[in-house]
Amino acid sequence: MTKNLSRRSFIRVSAIAGGGAVFALHLDPSELFAQGPPPGFTPPAFQALAFVTINPDNTFIITSKNPEIGQGVKNMLPQIIADELDVPWASCKIVQADVDQSKYGAQVAGGSTATPTNWDPCRQVGAAVRQMVLGAAAQKLGVPVAQLTTNGDGKVNGGGRSVTYGEVAADAVKQPVPMLSMVPLKKASEYKIIGKPLKGVDTAKVVKGEPIYSIDFTVPGMLWAVYQKAPVYGAKVETANLDLIKTLPGVKHAFIVAGASPQNLTGLAPGVAIVADTWYQANQARKQLKVTWASHPTSAQGSELFQTKADELGKGAPQTSLRKDGDVDKAFAAPGVKVVEAAYMYPFISHTPLEPQNCVAHWQGDKIEIWAPSQTPAAGLAIVANTLGIQQNQIKMHLMKVGGGFGRRLTNDYVAETAWIAKQIGVPVKLLWTREDDMGHDMYRPAGYHYLKGAVDQSGKMTAWKNHFVTFGVAPDPNAAPGPTPPGYAAAANIAGIQFPALFVENFDFGDSKMSLGIPTGALRAPGSHAFSYVFQSFIDELAEAAGKDPVQFRLDLLASQKYPAPERGGDGFDAKRMIEVVKLVAEKSNWSAPRPKGTAVGIGFQYSHRGYFAEVAEVTVSADKKIKVNKVWVAGDIGSEIINPLHAENLVQGGVIEGISHLMQEITFKDGAAVQSNFHQVPLLRLAQAPPVIEAHWVKSNNPPTGLGEPSLPPVLPAITNAIARASGTRVRSLPLSKHGFRWA
Amino acid sequence: MPFTLNVNGKTTTVDVPADMPLLWVIRDVLNLKGTKFGCGVGQCGACTVNVGGRAQRSCQTPVSAAKGPITTIEGLSADGTHPLQQAWMEIDVPQCGYCQAGQIMSANALLSSNPKPNDTEITNAMTGNICRCGTYLRIRQAIHRAAAIAGNRPTQTARVGAAE
Repeated sequence: MTKNLSRRSFIRVSAIAGGGAVFALHLDPSELFAQGPPPGFTPPAFQALAFVTINPDNTFIITSKNPEIGQGVKNMLPQIIADELDVPWASCKIVQADVDQSKYGAQVAGGSTATPTNWDPCRQVGAAVRQMVLGAAAQKLGVPVAQLTTNGDGKVNGGGRSVTYGEVAADAVKQPVPMLSMVPLKKASEYKIIGKPLKGVDTAKVVKGEPIYSIDFTVPGMLWAVYQKAPVYGAKVETANLDLIKTLPGVKHAFIVAGASPQNLTGLAPGVAIVADTWYQANQARKQLKVTWASHPTSAQGSELFQTKADELGKGAPQTSLRKDGDVDKAFAAPGVKVVEAAYMYPFISHTPLEPQNCVAHWQGDKIEIWAPSQTPAAGLAIVANTLGIQQNQIKMHLMKVGGGFGRRLTNDYVAETAWIAKQIGVPVKLLWTREDDMGHDMYRPAGYHYLKGAVDQSGKMTAWKNHFVTFGVAPDPNAAPGPTPPGYAAAANIAGIQFPALFVENFDFGDSKMSLGIPTGALRAPGSHAFSYVFQSFIDELAEAAGKDPVQFRLDLLASQKYPAPERGGDGFDAKRMIEVVKLVAEKSNWSAPRPKGTAVGIGFQYSHRGYFAEVAEVTVSADKKIKVNKVWVAGDIGSEIINPLHAENLVQGGVIEGISHLMQEITFKDGAAVQSNFHQVPLLRLAQAPPVIEAHWVKSNNPPTGLGEPSLPPVLPAITNAIARASGTRVRSLPLSKHGFRWA
Repeated sequence: MPFTLNVNGKTTTVDVPADMPLLWVIRDVLNLKGTKFGCGVGQCGACTVNVGGRAQRSCQTPVSAAKGPITTIEGLSADGTHPLQQAWMEIDVPQCGYCQAGQIMSANALLSSNPKPNDTEITNAMTGNICRCGTYLRIRQAIHRAAAIAGNRPTQTARVGAAE
């Protein structure tokens, strides 16, 4: 049964055996936001949202549509629905949706988008279903709807009697469906589940070691695969000793995969597949694999060459101007100003989710079934269809629980590899990468090089900011027809001209230049902003020092002096007033101005990232022999009016801070076209011994719709620490990792 | 070749190569999937199990070298009543959760030999375990809590490190 809500939104209701009912809400994007979309957010096209199932025994099934990668979305979205439905959280069973965007709408874990895109629709889903239950209860109790109440216990009360949701669910199906935009929603004071510190829906399974992750999943008759790719990205296989490999224990298949063209680093990578009865056997056989790789145009590229080239480019004018205000040259030449110049860089880094890439696929004649731990299953369907030359309706994809995303599983390269191998062998197969596969074939956070010049006047005000950002473009395809369009940015190597302090400095000049790159890159948690925050918030401290101003006061003055209005198009929605509040709060909580012992200092950074406003202070002690101890980090954040699950929110904030600290010591370097580092002995992820013993999270609950928390807590800790290091030791760190300058964790 | 193992209190014989890492015997021969593969070189701790009461990286332990009774995460308790499991749930430690079995098994070995560890002792025992999501502060807190739970219930004390 389908009932019209509005022109394009509708609710689909169906009875289930035994008297229950399933409610599916299909929403028009124009109804996605009661208060309008958050600034800077473009709603996706058609969305079809969550399921609610009411069982006759008055338990509830709420389907969580998005990939769960540790961000807690499997709690968050169902919590919103359950609160408006007004039923006990303990009676709700949360299930993971399979991949079906025609049924669920966008299914993605990325960009901290789940909260802002689903806050209104999920509440409306819960509230609309509750309205229909009330309608059915009114008939059963003989009491008008207006006199009915619910109070979160799964019952409808009226006329001195009550019925359960389960008892009237079958009749609720027959009720008129409320207009979504008209359905009454709870006041914030009435929330019983939103804003409550609820435990993770999978925590009990995790601590018992239940087989809930993608890597744990098997199907009967399944074989195991390993896949050897060239160290140089895109290089083809010339020869491989497959005859020997096929004789090794357990090996069932060994074959060469031609893969996509050598310049296509986002398609199926060329390589050699070995398929065996067990993964151990496949991986043992791989140790005897000998491959000769074809030469490749990028086999000379390397980190040192990138730095040299960047320094050359940085001296000249940018290839592209991104934004200009006023006249920076005039401002630099003005009498009495102090001018600061600095070159900053950050290296490539790897995502390293702890669960190595893996996937199961089963090719069955003319269709394929796939079990994938993907952050972007829709893109997974597309790459599989493209790689195998089939239609998307020939693919059935299941979403698996992910052992860490961080942006690595926004790309589906391992899914394409699995699908290709599965099609060759026709039996179920699981591909499992090693850590070396993962670190050697990441979609790396791209390195970046910034050539900055700024000025402050005698009153201590920032008067000019100039930046030439040297970044990466995709390598030109020699087979492509020549044309006027220069190659675009490498993935996640782009920047917006509006990046702070744009609009807040009278004279501003920002441009970029691109070096061609033959290394796959991609978004890493808080892409762009985590690296830009390190550079820009560090340089702001350099200018504060030149101005003789306190770093917090210098920032507050800057934030209070917007010089230009945000553009009507292409703005990022930044609201300085919200940032001022979190800067003030973190300064207060950290007792910013208090004297610290010699060798110890506090540093601050702030960042507007993925619609969240975060300011962070780190207290750091630097010893004479350059050992760094992060004593404590204070975080102040504004992600709107509600912290939907404060228990998980605190966890995410602490995790974002720890990841940001970890970035300071990590790098992937390239030599002869290949990654140098291969495992954790060369990439020192932060460990318990180095984690600050205390990370405090404080919230400004502003009157704005809630936004996401997967990403925005990460960026500001990088400059907070480098600024603290500068204040504690006198050493300004203008390139990462910190180890390049002799620093170590204490 | 055949190896007789005592895993979670059950004696079982597996016929595998002598150099096969215990990790893959546990996961793919015994089908106990709680123990995780993370790096394969003993750097991340996701594969930690207890062998003879000590925390051991199963990816670096050939099955032939696994001397002593083995406890995996599944061996702590099937119903989540082990003090470490209770503490981990109470504090809601996990984000993605992938490393947590290894974290818990390192903590189990620690509490077996040191029922009331201080912060430094916890740091020393746990620093071989990476949590990519960064739940370290809760891990530390949960170990203190597990020690308290075990201490308050004398009948449970023996269960820390049980099945060894």
